[in-house]
Amino acid sequence: MNIRLIAFGIAKDILNTSKMEVALAAPADIKSLKERLTTDYPGFADLAKLSFAVNEEYRDDDFTLKDQDEVVIIPPVSGG
Amino acid sequence: MIDIQVKDTALVEKECLDAVRDPGAGGTVLFSGTVRNATQGKKVVRLEFEAYEAMAIKEMGKIAQDIVSQWDAFHVSMHHRVGSLAVGETAVIIAVSTPHRKAAFEACEFAIDTLKETVPIWKKEVFEDGEVWVAAHP
Repeated sequence: MNIRLIAFGIAKDILNTSKMEVALAAPADIKSLKERLTTDYPGFADLAKLSFAVNEEYRDDDFTLKDQDEVVIIPPVSGG
Repeated sequence: MIDIQVKDTALVEKECLDAVRDPGAGGTVLFSGTVRNATQGKKVVRLEFEAYEAMAIKEMGKIAQDIVSQWDAFHVSMHHRVGSLAVGETAVIIAVSTPHRKAAFEACEFAIDTLKETVPIWKKEVFEDGEVWVAAHP
């Protein structure tokens, strides 16, 4: 299955792009995506926190991903 | 009323104050967050803000809803700026009106504290000799 990643802030710098497709073995959840990303891009392991959103909501590690899901990488926020 | 905006143009305090005006309000508190000229002694040239706008509006809306239910606020206005900001410019404005002043102070502090924790907006500090995404690393 493929998911579409959207990156903001430092996540964009780590991936060197704001959008990319990732192939994951099904079944996949946020946890497996996180493991995959930190393996392929060690810069993610150095972050203070790494969160993910699907359909504009934060999702926990056990949230199941579907083929063609759009997953937004949320590095530590710093608004205000 | 809840008024949430993410804008790439200058924020205006009066717009937020007007949005929370209410004849029943005994107190209105407005917080304004501005770009400081230095971080830990290093001169800041500018800040660059980036937002995941749809979700940022949704998360700010949750904060505003919490304020209405926890502090009986009449109105909440939250405006956040994105793009490149010079020293002294306003990055965020939060205004809350409540029946009594104590609740307005508390609610406004809750709003900015929670915004910094949950709302998907990122800021990059640009110095004379480099740049850094704020809070990215432990």
